[in-house]
Amino acid sequence: MQKIFARPATLLDTGFHFCPGCHHGIVHRLLCEMLDHYGLRERAVGVPGVGCGVFLYDYIDIDVCEAPHGRATAVATGIKRVQPDHFVFTYQGDGDLGAIGTAEVIHAANRGENFTVIFVNNAVYGMTGGQMAPTTLLGQCTTTSPAGRDSRNDGYPLHLAELLAPLEGVAFAARVSLHTPAHVKKARRALQRAFETQLEKRGFSFLEFISACPTNWRLTPYQSVEHIEKNMLRAFPLGTYKDTGAPASAAAPEEEDTANAVL
Amino acid sequence: MNKITIREERCKGCAYCVLACKRELIRIDPERINNLGYNPAVFSNGEACTGCALCAEICPEVLIEVFRERGKVALKWQNAE
Amino acid sequence: MAKRRMMRGSIALAEGAITAGCRYYFGYPITPQNEISEHLSSRLPEVGGVFLQAESEIASINMMLGAAAAGARAMTSSSGPGISLMQEGLSYMAGSELPGLVVNITRLGPGLGGIAACQGDYWQATRGGGHGDYRLIVLAPNSVQEMHDLAIRALHLADQYRNPAMILADAILGQMMEPVNLEPPLVEIPPKPWALTGARGRKAQLIKSLYLADGEMEKHNWKMYAKYQRLQEAEVMVEEDLEEQMDLLLVSFGSCSRMVNSAVALARSRGYRVGHIRPITLFPFPSREIREASRRVGKVLTVEMNTGQMWEDVRLAVHPGTLCRLLARPGGAIPAPKEIFEEIEKFVRAGDHFAENIC
Repeated sequence: MQKIFARPATLLDTGFHFCPGCHHGIVHRLLCEMLDHYGLRERAVGVPGVGCGVFLYDYIDIDVCEAPHGRATAVATGIKRVQPDHFVFTYQGDGDLGAIGTAEVIHAANRGENFTVIFVNNAVYGMTGGQMAPTTLLGQCTTTSPAGRDSRNDGYPLHLAELLAPLEGVAFAARVSLHTPAHVKKARRALQRAFETQLEKRGFSFLEFISACPTNWRLTPYQSVEHIEKNMLRAFPLGTYKDTGAPASAAAPEEEDTANAVL
Repeated sequence: MNKITIREERCKGCAYCVLACKRELIRIDPERINNLGYNPAVFSNGEACTGCALCAEICPEVLIEVFRERGKVALKWQNAE
Repeated sequence: MAKRRMMRGSIALAEGAITAGCRYYFGYPITPQNEISEHLSSRLPEVGGVFLQAESEIASINMMLGAAAAGARAMTSSSGPGISLMQEGLSYMAGSELPGLVVNITRLGPGLGGIAACQGDYWQATRGGGHGDYRLIVLAPNSVQEMHDLAIRALHLADQYRNPAMILADAILGQMMEPVNLEPPLVEIPPKPWALTGARGRKAQLIKSLYLADGEMEKHNWKMYAKYQRLQEAEVMVEEDLEEQMDLLLVSFGSCSRMVNSAVALARSRGYRVGHIRPITLFPFPSREIREASRRVGKVLTVEMNTGQMWEDVRLAVHPGTLCRLLARPGGAIPAPKEIFEEIEKFVRAGDHFAENIC
């Protein structure tokens, strides 16, 4: 009997504070898998923005610097410029990155800062209690768009991956989802590409995770998965918008060995 | 025989693993309430488990470990024993 | 062997920072402080440092936060409106106990104001400026030599007390040229075991300002308060030009104190017995020195290039019963030595009714 799936070592053995069905935990796990895979625990610095992701330091066993709301990419710029050989990533939600932090992320991307942005897009402000986010879908009801987001008043969902990909400093930009195991596996491959981008010093890497916030969507976890499939993915098409790296990932053959590849 | 273990005491009952299991070997136990106040997911110990690990992939709380009789090489990052 | 050179204030400050081991500068253009960033844009790469022009002052201060978290000596510079944008980052840095140097070559305000010299940012500098219960270490030079020396001092104090420090100067000090003695490089950056250098051979570390558990934030605030008390005890810098017997004490800081020095010389030449106290650290404020001197004099004239911001601290500091008066010129006007002298003359001769305030 062989254990073929376990918690990654860098993921501390602590229960998450996240709500039932929230996808943050999967993003945390995938991050830790990659940190372990590349042996980065001892030279990684994480920079969580303000939002549900801020407690990253309670779960991931690496050095962490909290950033003011929206400023994670500026803080990461400072850390990375001082320690260019460290692995630096930010962890930001749609309010943090897509609203208050747009200036910082666009310019960090445009400078080609060699760090990785983990962008968790659940189309709502989670920690503050379900207000409308820049990525909220048209018609989506939130506590500040009670009749549904109306483009005439609130504009349109912001597409960060598409927005950043054309910038010359961006080496990798992709959007993935986490609502099925198959999507989680694709997300892992994309995250690996993002890690490789930084490790090969190719520039700015950006990975957007479409994820569920059942609590603030006022849906059950099951309904949330359906909502992602039917509505979120229509508004936010998945895919790799830019990848300046070699077409074949160095680690791709390992995929053959995964337990999941058996099926 | 392949199997999984679920740390039920930390389960929040989202049932993503139930959706993921194609052999229907995981269910939410309505009879039990864990210390967090949720009905946890439980594994039926069915012999039909393929050890596919889809349940573990989708568990947001990272509570599922997967064991295989004839082990293929695990991913390095999964820190398998 | 000290090198003596003719230098502009902004350049002297930038060179002082380099001497102190500062290798990271993040900033955004604004008049009248561009000489600092322009100079450092070529100098920092020469000494193996990084100069980065950010997209805003908000980004600048947060880049400095990141560099400080990684254990580096870092700085930024700006002027009034840009310093306002930095208040968010300064509050986070203070809350996270991160060191760093912010230079404010002030301009007129509020709003876009103007680029002339003034001291209207005294409150913003000395009261913390951003949200929450904190202080900045604030140093106010009055010469090009001090622009250089206090930049070094500020970086040392910031590291020693793990708190952001500010140089509060203005366009007069930034633009004027004076001979400067350049200290030979003397870098003693204290060890920073708290820095985020990767969890190698130690536990993972965290830099944060979020305290949610019951009582945690109060404990943190008291800890910071104790630090500010230690600063008050140990780090006050003040220039005192006092006489045995005095009719009047003047208090002024920064570029304004140069005019006051001239006025004091003029007054003494006319037989007035006047003293002058110049706070060099605005926080910690030299309250004890002002209290002691005012006890002996009874009359204190504060001269400032604002509507009376430091005057509040002077009135809090003076010996009870001291007559206090203010000569204030906001909005870019500079009080001339003659104007100050006339005020000295009136105040010395006048009775109690001439004081605007009795403390």
